Amino acid sequence: MAKIVASVNVSHVPAIGAAWDNGKSQDPYWKPLFDGFDFSKKWIADLKPDVIILVYNDHASAFDASIIPTFAIGCAAEFPPADEGWGPRPVPTVIGHPVLASHIAQSLILDEFDMTIINEMDVDHGLTVPLTLMFGQPKEWPCKIIPLPVNVVQFPPPTGNRCFNLGKAIKRAVESWPEDLRVVIFGTGGMSHQLQGMRAGLINPEWDKRFLDSLCADAEVARRIPFIEYVREAGSEGIEMVMWLISRGALEKDVREVYRFYHVPASNTALGHLILENKSFQK
Amino acid sequence: MSIDDTVRREPIEGFDDIPGTTLFDAQRARQGYWVNQFCMSLMKAANREEFKADEDKYLRKFPMTDEQREAILKRDWQKMIHLGGNIYYLSKLFSTDGKSFQYVAATMTGLTQEQYAKMMLEGGRTIENNRSKSEWEKTGGPAFGRKK
Repeated sequence: MAKIVASVNVSHVPAIGAAWDNGKSQDPYWKPLFDGFDFSKKWIADLKPDVIILVYNDHASAFDASIIPTFAIGCAAEFPPADEGWGPRPVPTVIGHPVLASHIAQSLILDEFDMTIINEMDVDHGLTVPLTLMFGQPKEWPCKIIPLPVNVVQFPPPTGNRCFNLGKAIKRAVESWPEDLRVVIFGTGGMSHQLQGMRAGLINPEWDKRFLDSLCADAEVARRIPFIEYVREAGSEGIEMVMWLISRGALEKDVREVYRFYHVPASNTALGHLILENKSFQK
Repeated sequence: MSIDDTVRREPIEGFDDIPGTTLFDAQRARQGYWVNQFCMSLMKAANREEFKADEDKYLRKFPMTDEQREAILKRDWQKMIHLGGNIYYLSKLFSTDGKSFQYVAATMTGLTQEQYAKMMLEGGRTIENNRSKSEWEKTGGPAFGRKK
């Protein structure tokens, strides 16, 4: 059967993609951040996932204000990089897994999650920056990728608890697929940041650490965090972190922390990165 | 008790107490719909050219309010946010202008570009005294930087 064995959680700041694309990854400002992914690149190259389920949010690129799906799943064969106003990123087209994605979509809807099914979609920095950080600049991405966009732009996003339960439903969906596939789930966005108003620039490393610690345990604290706490403590855009609860919910209760990295600043944002493996998983 | 089976509603009160923060909720999204859709139109190169050639004329194609149109013409980012603009949509406008997220964030804080960039390099704006409006009333406004 197919099995989700690990999660990769990482911020998806657009300036990281721009720095990489413009050859600035070795500049003093960016080098410490990119160096923080040396371990992760080796880890994922060794793990060789067949499929990545990539949870992210679209930033007014594929979806505009006319349609705002709370949970969506990309079932297309491929997803080109979006033109976000300065031309598409020079990264490979994302190759999907339409057969597995359609199975997951059906399973999730029968499991009472009302997914929006997306058959044509460009993918923006929310999806491509995490791939750049984990894989660098390959000619093509090394595995199939199922995009799973979540609305976190217009308030309210889905609650942390709802996200956690969606993760559990994704786990059930993947495990009901007969083919032996190794799946890794990505949770992206965060960590603390605020891009608007007099309080812009807010960074709260203590709160971010508590959030990471809760994910490394069983997330019983993190899944109950109310929206107001995210906005007050982690900034108006820090609320993206509910997406890390989807990836956590898709793992087993007992996990091991494989790697953690935290860096300030990435433009306006605290970059967080956490790799978790199921404790039961043996490579 | 398992939380999974519990009907639970998130409280939506209290957000107004968070200082210097505008929540982009359903009502604000409704109010700012055409501001945001105008911004989306700038994802096409031909539209960017048309906008740059005559901003006011281009903006009149979208049924927004005079106040919204003026805020856009003046690049008053904070006003656009108050009138229902969202930062990810507005990014299409400031990208058209060749400006960055950090530039626009800095203009909304009352800090200079240099002060803001320095604050971020030194670890960002502290959470201390930035949690509630009552703290700002006591301290006289937003705290920036971090405690040494």
